Amino acid sequence: MTRRQIHLAAHFPGVNNTTVWTDPSAGSQIDFSSFEYFARTAERGFFDYLFLAEGLRLREHRGQLHDLDVAGRPNTLSILSALAAVTEHIGLVGTLNTTFNEPYELARQLGTLDLLSNGRAGWNAVTSSDAFHGANFRRGGYLDHADRYVRASEFAALSKALWSSWRDDAIVADAETGAFLRDDAIARVRHESRLFDVDAVFDVPRSPQGRPVIVQAGDSPDGRDFATDHADVIFSLHTEFSDAQQFYRDVKGRLAARGRDEDSLKILPAATFVLGDTAEDARERSREIALQQVRPQTAITYLEQIWNRDLSGYDPEGPLPDVEPDTGVETAQGFAGRHAAIRDRVGQLREQAAAENLTIRELVIRLTAKHTFVGTPEHVASEIDRYVQERATDGFTVVGHVTPHGLDEFTDRVVPLLQERGSYRRSYDEGATLHDLLGLPPVDASAAGAASAPVPAATR
Amino acid sequence: MPDRIHLAVALDGAGWHPAAWRETTARPTELTSPAYWRALARTADGAGLLLATIEDALSLGGRSFEPDAETRRDRARGRLDAVLLASFLAPVTRRLGLVPTATTAHPEPFHLATGLQTLDHASRGRAGVRLVAGSTPQERANFGRRADGPTGLPASGRVEDDPALLSAFREAGEVAEVIRRLADSWEDDAIVRDLESGKFLDRERVHNVDFEGEFFSVTGASIVPRSPQGRPLVTALAHQSVPYRFAAEHADLVFVTPADAGAVGGILDELASGEREEPLRVFADLLVLVEETRTEAAAVWNRLQDRAPLTTDARVVVGTADDVVEEIRALTAQGIDGVRLRPARLPADLEAIADRVVPRAAAAGILLPDDGAPTLRERVGLPRLASRYARQEVGA
Repeated sequence: MTRRQIHLAAHFPGVNNTTVWTDPSAGSQIDFSSFEYFARTAERGFFDYLFLAEGLRLREHRGQLHDLDVAGRPNTLSILSALAAVTEHIGLVGTLNTTFNEPYELARQLGTLDLLSNGRAGWNAVTSSDAFHGANFRRGGYLDHADRYVRASEFAALSKALWSSWRDDAIVADAETGAFLRDDAIARVRHESRLFDVDAVFDVPRSPQGRPVIVQAGDSPDGRDFATDHADVIFSLHTEFSDAQQFYRDVKGRLAARGRDEDSLKILPAATFVLGDTAEDARERSREIALQQVRPQTAITYLEQIWNRDLSGYDPEGPLPDVEPDTGVETAQGFAGRHAAIRDRVGQLREQAAAENLTIRELVIRLTAKHTFVGTPEHVASEIDRYVQERATDGFTVVGHVTPHGLDEFTDRVVPLLQERGSYRRSYDEGATLHDLLGLPPVDASAAGAASAPVPAATR
Repeated sequence: MPDRIHLAVALDGAGWHPAAWRETTARPTELTSPAYWRALARTADGAGLLLATIEDALSLGGRSFEPDAETRRDRARGRLDAVLLASFLAPVTRRLGLVPTATTAHPEPFHLATGLQTLDHASRGRAGVRLVAGSTPQERANFGRRADGPTGLPASGRVEDDPALLSAFREAGEVAEVIRRLADSWEDDAIVRDLESGKFLDRERVHNVDFEGEFFSVTGASIVPRSPQGRPLVTALAHQSVPYRFAAEHADLVFVTPADAGAVGGILDELASGEREEPLRVFADLLVLVEETRTEAAAVWNRLQDRAPLTTDARVVVGTADDVVEEIRALTAQGIDGVRLRPARLPADLEAIADRVVPRAAAAGILLPDDGAPTLRERVGLPRLASRYARQEVGA
């Protein structure tokens, strides 16, 4: 019996404290050479796709720019387009916001990337409603929180209608008769709702994979609904084995009701790793890396974001602050999801610290720098394989901690072991699209939006 | 010693003639393929041209105000986003400036600005943009966000007689301003990586742009660190007074369309304006169709015109490479900085430019040689400016 095949995505290190810039080997996070190196390494390791996060405003802490972590990154679509020119096989997936974009424009940009890469484009669709990020955009933070996923879902449906509005054989280019397009080449796409009023004729031809792959990353019930309606991949945070299995069953179980096959949605949680020649060696390295990821000032700043007050007088190697959090005005901006129920959160942290006898820094290491897989290459390979064979995931989104070399060791030492197990590809198929690499069903060309009608040809 | 100028090229689909896709040298089924554009860009790069512009629009019918632009089936259709196409071409070219077209009415200025900064990083200092003001009714319907806007040129043909067009140029000015401010928002040395203090960033050297205009506002600093050119090159195409004023106020380089060499002087007078940090570079457009003999060129031209007549503001040169060089020489004597050639057919006329026009122009001593300057901005003789925010601090 053939083994279930492992799918791997390569996450370019981001702008959080898990990306170590103090390491002597850490390179530029913005020079193109870093991206090119990372992409070539991922392609050498036969990854399904390269993944980029997005940030639409520089993060702030207590009213000032956050200055401890890596800051500054490229525009997602532009850097992926440049990478399309220096790679041949690997998928190119970027995070792009459904709140601060318009469907026609984003669909044509993703359609462009899909054509330039010969069918290797993907879109991690995320939502936002906050005024902090909105302050950089024409409409500002206009969207009610409750409407985030309404807009995201309509955005995705409208994008899919645009991507399928061109027939595969739309271009005839008959020099003799002068017909460039066939008469029913393109369907008009109408979408009228509370949030959109679009009457569009798309201007990007269909790509080799029909449309870009759609990735989803939210964990809320709305997020799971969006995923089962629209996504091809879920980028989850469920990495503990039994929790991952439970999430996997829940999401896959929802697909049948949507008329979807279990294999049409892949689940690829984020995973970090630390390798060593022995288990002990790996544990030591993990410890060293964690101490680089959470430096004393990082630990205090992290707690300040939760407590919402100045904690600079506290010893990072000492116990948790004895003051209560300030639940008034938010002072930390651009850090994902920490402002709900501040007091509950502080209570939980105090319990955890007391139960495990943790200092401030140790606690923050537990929260932000706990490595998913730590051990010898054999151990890490066997764990990854176990998760996939036992249906806890379809694979992982591997997150390195150093730019741009964070993938080197995994590629050189773990990938060959996965290949030996027969669970991982030994080459790319020529001309494979990202849909093909992920083992997704082909996109149905007849799925053009129900609201579409062919654009009539003019009588001339 | 004759005056010397730069040569640039304007890339668009199968070429600037609407019937070009029907020629046997055309590749009409590849107009949105990566191989086609890679080949065009490499030809332009290999020829030593200063820059290539890439056309764009946000509707199937292009920038046309004709109501049937989206439904007619006899024109080459289908496009790639020009900013992303330029980014794709960055790693496969070495010296060529990459200048995509961007419309200013719809895209988020923040996305556009960071996209151009990223193009500048990926190309190591060769990014530019050609800003296009306003939108067509088709573009507005595709976006479904703003109902009002220009419906075409007014009967007078003058932009100043249409409030919607004037408004579009004011908005374009705001987009240009935000591109500049975001490009300046990180000072060159904002990333400090200071192990001692544990700081990656010197927050005093990163500045919120706090732009508030008539059409939009942008608050924060760019997400992209300062790029090799500092500021990507802003360009515009101008045919008349309001666009000339826009270019003089907001562009580094302007493309103009003199009917002949004699018309250059008047245009330069109109472009002259007092308050600029650095000179405005002026390039004249020529639409060219090049064959080995004038007779052949005329035959091709007549065939194309029979199939679909071309309308253009640019001067058209149909003839041999020597004829094109002669036109360039005549323009050069009038005090311009460069000539942008619009190939009537792609790839045929671009290949003729690379193989015959450029070498002959160089032999005639009218081309500026590549001086090895590291960025596009410096190649056109414009200095790399310090961040405006840095200068304010020095002055304070």
